[in-house]
Amino acid sequence: MSTVTIDKAAPTRKVKYGSISRDRAWALRWSYFFLVIFAIFFLTPPVYMLITSLKSSAEISAATNPWWVFHPTLENYIALLTSNQFLRFFWNSAIVSIFVVTITMLISVPAAFALSRMRFWGSATLATGVFLTYLIPETLLFIPLFKMFAVIGDWTGIQLINRWYVLLILYPTLTVPFCTWIMIGYFASIPKELDEAAIIDGASWFQTLTRIFIPVALPGLIAATIFAFTVSWAQFLYPLVFTTSTDQLVMPVGIITTLIKGDVFNWGQIMTGALLGAAPPLIIYAFLMDYYIAGLTAGATKG
Amino acid sequence: MADVVLQPNRAATSKTVGKRGSLHKMLKRKSTVAFLMALPLILLIATLVIYPAFYALHLATLNKSMSRFVGLGNFEFLFKRETFWLVVQQSCIFAITAVIFKAVLGFIIAHFVHNIPAKGQRKWRGMLLVPWVIPPAMSTLAWLWLFDPSYSAFNYTLSFFGIGPIPWTGDAYWARFSVILVNIWVGAPFFMIMYLAALKSVPDQLYEAAAIDGANWWQRIWYVTLPMMRNIIAITTLFSLIVTFANFDIVRILTAGGPLDHTHIFATWAFRIGIEGSDIPLGASVSLFMVPILAVAAIFILRDISKRGNEA
Repeated sequence: MSTVTIDKAAPTRKVKYGSISRDRAWALRWSYFFLVIFAIFFLTPPVYMLITSLKSSAEISAATNPWWVFHPTLENYIALLTSNQFLRFFWNSAIVSIFVVTITMLISVPAAFALSRMRFWGSATLATGVFLTYLIPETLLFIPLFKMFAVIGDWTGIQLINRWYVLLILYPTLTVPFCTWIMIGYFASIPKELDEAAIIDGASWFQTLTRIFIPVALPGLIAATIFAFTVSWAQFLYPLVFTTSTDQLVMPVGIITTLIKGDVFNWGQIMTGALLGAAPPLIIYAFLMDYYIAGLTAGATKG
Repeated sequence: MADVVLQPNRAATSKTVGKRGSLHKMLKRKSTVAFLMALPLILLIATLVIYPAFYALHLATLNKSMSRFVGLGNFEFLFKRETFWLVVQQSCIFAITAVIFKAVLGFIIAHFVHNIPAKGQRKWRGMLLVPWVIPPAMSTLAWLWLFDPSYSAFNYTLSFFGIGPIPWTGDAYWARFSVILVNIWVGAPFFMIMYLAALKSVPDQLYEAAAIDGANWWQRIWYVTLPMMRNIIAITTLFSLIVTFANFDIVRILTAGGPLDHTHIFATWAFRIGIEGSDIPLGASVSLFMVPILAVAAIFILRDISKRGNEA
């Protein structure tokens, strides 16, 4: 109470004393206000996907409020989840992603171990080279790679173009460099005493890797796995270039090439497909957010 | 001296040649094991990254049917085409504007998230990272639907404010705005996460000291936060510049380069020419124009990494 009276008597002094906590309170309110605005901006497209996916085509083309579902229906989900074609895309995507994750881990974990612990001629250069490779975008390589695989097909008769398994060769170029790079960072942070003790106890290099490094660096391994999965699930350019038959397509390309027929857009089904295509990464993210973010920030902070 | 040095060498060679298990021994040596462990990685990079990169250089010197060497003919042809200069211009506008806005938005959002009590930060961070998690091809479809010429949900909302229907992807300049907007939407959360991690590493004492010295919020950002975050800002911006410059998904799905080739960037135009137009050499030449900017960015990033390596 007394403070209030002082406030009236000498306003200038009061402002000085109370200003820090009051400033904080206002800063907090403004922070929440802007965060809400940004959250609306960031979440509008996914929410709108969900809204549209629950509408019938009649309601989509009706002149009603597009932000609200008046007659929710699951007909789009039923149509897609019972269509063999769509299930085929989902299946292709899942198979490709699982294989790519396995291949990536089999290549990058031993390589990262070798580069971070066992020096050999040119290993430092190779570590930098790995990082540089990560910086080369796929948009630079898709044309020569396309021609390369066409030439291989002509010479050996092994048809790689327009087969889903060509993606198993292509995707590791996107996932392996980054995974190796972040695994080098995680392995380098393991104290040297740990593997020296193992070597003294008579463990081979392979045992040191499987018994010590992999268990200790498990969080990094999970982060790298999530990264490899998300990249191979989301990749759009390579499947668009290398696969064309509808039974060889993966999710993103399949949705775009089959659901858009000429100028006829079946928006209900497109949005449903997009939402189902976005679901696996979103589910992984919802449950393993900390690993996801660790992997995301590791590339730049651990280097 | 030379003899002394040579002596053990010769002895060693004769010993290894003499022993039956020399190969076995070599295989057990640390550096050999390490090399074998890294061999798949080396092979992958050599055959699927380095070789195609040089193959692109070779392809760029051939004529359309790839039967004749034309030297720099493809480049001469490109320089004479108006569309090419449009693509160069748009690529630069697209990458630079998008990266600046992503960096600024990411910085602002990171500050707001950092400001609120630690308990709620996880929730907000999780929510704000969603655009980065959704595959860009899928989220761009949602944007395409939001921009739809006849059923645009944005135009529906704007009509209440008396703002006329905006041709989001129909008009050349609005289409440029739209592709940049979507790119910012996808990329800003990445900056936010990076900056948030960097903000957490700035010691509180610095802000307390600045507050005691009477610094206002702007001075605190300018003299404390920014210098402390300089490294992370630089590296994130360079990363994003590379990725944005080489972007494909967003432009391809949203506008496919149109209207009138005004939103084409190098990657989408190379795809249009090289794959859809099946002029592989010309497409390869177009995509090669991404190399200079990538090289510059890579040099800066490498310098930063080696500097950090020396500090450690």
